[in-house]
Amino acid sequence: MISGVMTAEAWRAMGANRMRTALTMLGMVIGVAAVVLMMAIGQGAQDDVKASINSMGSNLFIVLSGSTTSGGVRMGGGAAPTLTVSDGEAIAELPGVEAVAPVHMGTAQLVYGPNNWSTTVLGTTPNYVDLRSWPIAQGAPFTDSDVRSATRVALIGQTVAENLFGGENPVGRTIRIKQNPFLVVGVLSERGQSLDGRDQDDTVMVPWTTAQRKLFGTPFPGAVRSLMVRAISEDAMPRLEGAMTELLRQRHHLRPDADADFMIRNLTAVAESMAETTRIMSLLLGAIASVSLLVGGIGIMNIMLVSVTERTREIGIRIAIGARPRDIRQQFLLEAVMMSCAGCLIGVMLGVGCAVLAHSLAQTSVVITGKSIVLAFCVAAMVGIFFGFYPANKAARMEPIAALRYE
Amino acid sequence: MPDRSAVIRVERLSKHYETPAGPFPVLKEIDLTVQRGEFVAVMGPSGSGKSTFMNILGCLDRPSSGGYWLDGEDVNGLDVDQRAGLRNRTIGFVFQGFNLLPRMTLTDNVALPLVYAGLARKERDGRAVRVLERVGLGSYVGSYPNRISGGQQQRVAIARALVNDPRLILADEPTGNLDSHTSEEIMALFGELNAGGITVVLVTHEPDIAAHARRLVRFLDGRIVHDGPVGQGREAGR
Ligand SMILES: Nc1ncnc2c1ncn2[C@@H]1O[C@H](COP(=O)(O)OP(=O)(O)OP(=O)(O)O)[C@@H](O)[C@H]1O
Ligand SMILES: [Mg+2]
Repeated sequence: MISGVMTAEAWRAMGANRMRTALTMLGMVIGVAAVVLMMAIGQGAQDDVKASINSMGSNLFIVLSGSTTSGGVRMGGGAAPTLTVSDGEAIAELPGVEAVAPVHMGTAQLVYGPNNWSTTVLGTTPNYVDLRSWPIAQGAPFTDSDVRSATRVALIGQTVAENLFGGENPVGRTIRIKQNPFLVVGVLSERGQSLDGRDQDDTVMVPWTTAQRKLFGTPFPGAVRSLMVRAISEDAMPRLEGAMTELLRQRHHLRPDADADFMIRNLTAVAESMAETTRIMSLLLGAIASVSLLVGGIGIMNIMLVSVTERTREIGIRIAIGARPRDIRQQFLLEAVMMSCAGCLIGVMLGVGCAVLAHSLAQTSVVITGKSIVLAFCVAAMVGIFFGFYPANKAARMEPIAALRYE
Repeated sequence: MPDRSAVIRVERLSKHYETPAGPFPVLKEIDLTVQRGEFVAVMGPSGSGKSTFMNILGCLDRPSSGGYWLDGEDVNGLDVDQRAGLRNRTIGFVFQGFNLLPRMTLTDNVALPLVYAGLARKERDGRAVRVLERVGLGSYVGSYPNRISGGQQQRVAIARALVNDPRLILADEPTGNLDSHTSEEIMALFGELNAGGITVVLVTHEPDIAAHARRLVRFLDGRIVHDGPVGQGREAGR
């Protein structure tokens, strides 16, 4: 039973000592602002990661060729020519596979007119862009017949387009990659950063046959360093991983006790663990900020105890004219809750303001959700009740005679 | 069995305070019955236990032993909330020091018991203003306690005691802080209330004040040493 009078009285009591009320609320204000800001930054980081994951393409495996040991020096994954394009074709036949694309990568210098630019050249098949869910902005992807005949055609990323062409339309122009002329058939849409912070738009795609024969050369034609495999769904991934392992071991004639000469990585799982990490990090940020909320709550408790002592006589009078312990308790609880909620309101505004400022000054990603604000208010109300309870109870349990005699 | 028609009935009521030197008796086996409509003055030397007795009657304090029936109801058997209800509706208490809340208007001060009685704002304010008019302060309703005289403050305190239509008014030295002229006015007001049917018990040190009552009870050392009509009581004191 919280009536209008009680609210009015709590308001009057808060107004009776404005400076003290303001300073007490300041603790709450800072605590809530910190929580709102930290949650906004945490949510922003999570959304960034999520966007990166989505931009990577979903349900992806990467199959790497195995390592070799030459003269006791282990060369690392992808060094041995154990994985072939026909391995990829065999994998494409497995149930649960949506698409497979071979990847043969290298770095090369690009030239167009007076401009030049060094970037990663990725040799692959036309379906690579679908597999990575990466739309073409202008032009069209190269075709299977381009792959068959190792044509010199290229799809370029946004960063490359900007650096070589500026504002010009690159489609239909000829660029030089390692001195070889390549026709630009299309420009990829903008992708932004990958999870590890690389610029995904700084790339050029060419048919893998062209990459092997005309650009980088290889002692093992048909062998690739890696294959990108996309499963039809996330649920299909664990079973597919097993099927691929079995298939490749069989194709590579490996004995059951032999080490595999390839590696399969589940990129989606990696991405998910990364998302989990940012989630935990933002939770941690929130938890640290909550400590200041706790300190704010203790400030309220402190001032409520002072207030109860100061108003002992008033409490005595109220009891003498018929206030029950619960009336007195409610009065002081309400005051504590109002103080913490008012502090919360200002804190939310301050926190949102700081988040907007952080965004415009430091380009930090911030996301303010209604959920975080509602949560802040609930926590503030709870802090008010929790820290107001002891002082309110102390007031409610006063002996009327002793309280009336208090000077 | 307690007398059903009595407003106050006290039997073998004792009160002692625990002190480091052992229990300190303040009230010693007091018996007293006050009938409906009586006007009782309580006198006695300082420290004789008058205030302690009034506080017990007002449900502000509890006796160490003995029985107290208010309107036939055994007060000792009531819990905190029920006793709060008695203070709110059955008893009006008037203090020597007025005990008004300084930050509230006179109307709000007078209406405060009605807040705890659970009345709506309009009803509360209406009744508070009517009672303020009754004690002669109709033109001060929006004023504050520190802007009016002591006599007026005591009138406000009486209005607050009256606002919930109590059957019993307890006043502990209500004129103790007032000059003799103002005291006379306040006593006239108590006389009026008593004439209207309210039972009044008041403590005083002044024989002139006690003269307004019809029955005099004299305390000495925690016991009632005299109980009778007012005229005789004054002679007994001399
Ligand atoms: N809380 C307490 N602890 C110990 N002794 C107390 C306490 N309260 C009152 N007393 C003692 O009880 C005795 C009676 O006090 P009380 O206030 O009832 O006297 P009184 O008759 O009202 O006196 P006065 O005329 O001065 O108001 C006094 O001796 C006082 O010292
Ligand atoms: Mg006294």
